[in-house]
Amino acid sequence: MNSPLLQVAGLRVAVGGKEILTGLDLTVRAGEVHAIMGPNGSGKSTLAHVLAGREGYEVTGGSASYRGQDLLAMAPEERARAGIFLGFQYPIEIPGVSNVYLLRSALNARRAARGESEIDAAGFLRLVRDKARLMQMDESFLQRGVNEGFSGGEKKRNEIFQMAVLEPTLAILDETDSGLDIDALKVVANGVNSLRSAERSFVLVTHYQRLLDYIRPDFVHVLAGGRIIRTGDRTLALELEAGGYDQVLAAAAS
Amino acid sequence: MTSTTENPALEDLIGRRYAHGFVTDIESDTVPPGLSEDTIRFISAKKGEPEFLLEWRLKAYRHWLTLREPRWAKVHHPPIDYQAISYYSAPKAPQGPRSIDEVDPKLLETYEKLGIPLHERARLAGVAVDAVFDSVSVTTTFKDRLSAVGVIFCSFSEAVREHPELVRKYLGTVVPYRDNYFAALNSAVFTDGSFVYIPQGVRCPMELSTYFRINQAKTGQFERTLIIAEEASHVSYLEGCTAPQREENQLHAAVVELVALRDATIKYSTVQNWYPGDEEGRGGIYNFVTKRGDCRGANSRISWTQVEAGSAITWKYPSCILRGENSVGEFYSVAVTNNLQQADTGTKMIHIGRNTRSTIVSKGISAGRAQNAYRGLVKILPTAENARNYTQCDSLLMGARCGAHTFPYMEVRNPTAVVEHEATTSRIGDDQLFYCRQRGLSTEDAVNLIVNGFCKQVFRELPMEFAVEAQNLLNVSLEGAVG
Repeated sequence: MNSPLLQVAGLRVAVGGKEILTGLDLTVRAGEVHAIMGPNGSGKSTLAHVLAGREGYEVTGGSASYRGQDLLAMAPEERARAGIFLGFQYPIEIPGVSNVYLLRSALNARRAARGESEIDAAGFLRLVRDKARLMQMDESFLQRGVNEGFSGGEKKRNEIFQMAVLEPTLAILDETDSGLDIDALKVVANGVNSLRSAERSFVLVTHYQRLLDYIRPDFVHVLAGGRIIRTGDRTLALELEAGGYDQVLAAAAS
Repeated sequence: MTSTTENPALEDLIGRRYAHGFVTDIESDTVPPGLSEDTIRFISAKKGEPEFLLEWRLKAYRHWLTLREPRWAKVHHPPIDYQAISYYSAPKAPQGPRSIDEVDPKLLETYEKLGIPLHERARLAGVAVDAVFDSVSVTTTFKDRLSAVGVIFCSFSEAVREHPELVRKYLGTVVPYRDNYFAALNSAVFTDGSFVYIPQGVRCPMELSTYFRINQAKTGQFERTLIIAEEASHVSYLEGCTAPQREENQLHAAVVELVALRDATIKYSTVQNWYPGDEEGRGGIYNFVTKRGDCRGANSRISWTQVEAGSAITWKYPSCILRGENSVGEFYSVAVTNNLQQADTGTKMIHIGRNTRSTIVSKGISAGRAQNAYRGLVKILPTAENARNYTQCDSLLMGARCGAHTFPYMEVRNPTAVVEHEATTSRIGDDQLFYCRQRGLSTEDAVNLIVNGFCKQVFRELPMEFAVEAQNLLNVSLEGAVG
């Protein structure tokens, strides 16, 4: 039917001469939610970073296209303006820069790339207030320095809040569930679910099945040794939870 | 995508655009290079000064001859040939105070280009400007409106003519000519600058500002500013400075003296943007400045805010002598160095009176191969019962070839004093840049955002009219610091 939003084919990526992704294939269509699971060191975060354009990774083979464009040729900010959002595993602190200031700059950078004018102050304020409420964040968060002095849970919540404001087309969430207690996890999941739509796709990178109790994926992929060794529906996640990665890895190897 | 440990963008320190590097082609009256008692007599005669001032200049000069250039600062430069500098240069025009209509249109155009309109209709609302061009003040705006409330705002030369008693009473009482090498030199050869007098109980109705411009080649600029705030008065003053782009270095050695009497407040802000030299360190201004405020009366307050972005070398330590009981001294500083710029700047807080308080917030930003040092002294004398000081020194490094240094000195001679010092050094990391870029910001915008966040504590101390200018200046100064 529709052409894929994201198409990764035979992607090989090395860091410091060591190959981390060894021929990874992934196809994400509009509206789909994909979960990428795998043991530590399997290359999950590398995949998330490479898709977002982080420097320090060497692509040694394969391709990645986004809406038919060569994704790997785009600068990180071009990818962001084209609708790709990365929820960071470890969100970065920027002291002295308020959350709203960063968001407004980000939003306007996207609008400028689309040839639109800057968002007006009142409209922006309404937007961020709505989204803050959605994420059950106190409004004082908006004026605080970006992630400055935030707890681990607050930082993750802030990532989803930013995503909600920026309304990406493809959201890649890198271990957004790690370090969250169950209440925070629900808030985060609720934020993601409220953004699900026929046009928006998600790639959830996670180590645990727990997140998938709250966000139901269309596909679950097992990443091991730098490539996807198995793909299934959400029952695969339950299988992983029950038997652990070893069992799935052994089955795939045989 | 590349795999380096260092962000290649951060390594790529190139081209910085200096917007004010043009030269005004104007006929000037410039004395030949050289310094002697004759030079000083010439300057004094040119300005029609009273005898006491010439005597003071000559004493300063004779003292200067016994001194040697200070060597303790963390800056390096080839020896300065003081005989190769011209000590007086003024645009050819009728002498004396004049109305705006008599000012050479080329000068008006110059200030227009610098964003400082002097014409009545285009003036910055709420800001009175004294425009100093090389060795002389060309005009001062809004004088009538200010004099209506008793505020004197004029060039130093005019103050010497019109208010010699005030000049005589206060000149050199905060920075004596014996203070240091450059202060002695300035005292001998200063040519112009601004003079401010706020009478008792008056809150100055507008921002006062002086805009210093060096234009002529091979000249030095030696200005002198004196601000007197009588009891229970209030004034906010701002200075800005620029110079043409030249291959040789030029010397700027200024002295600023502030006197705050009982319950008076002086807020002094600087946006310093002298030509910094090129990427290879050729040219640029040597900025050797002595600034000091005397909180002479009880409950007085002096606040220094500086944004130091220009100059090849910056050597300045705006200080406060906290003499009056409960007096307050503040120093908020952003010093940016890029390419081969060197800055050695900070403050001295001298606590003499009881319950005196001081706050120091210093933000140093280094990029390129620049060196940036904070040097500060907090001195609590035995008489300063219950003195308080808080010092915060933060350094931000961009790239791997620049340096940040902190030299805090403390001398506490009263056991009731509380002195706090905090210092941090950080680097604009790949992580922060990537985070911002992932949200859609360009690298340049990301750097500006991070740097402005870093400087926020200082920027919010600037008068509103200039906070935006300072922010933009910083962005331009660091342009090309990340490719």
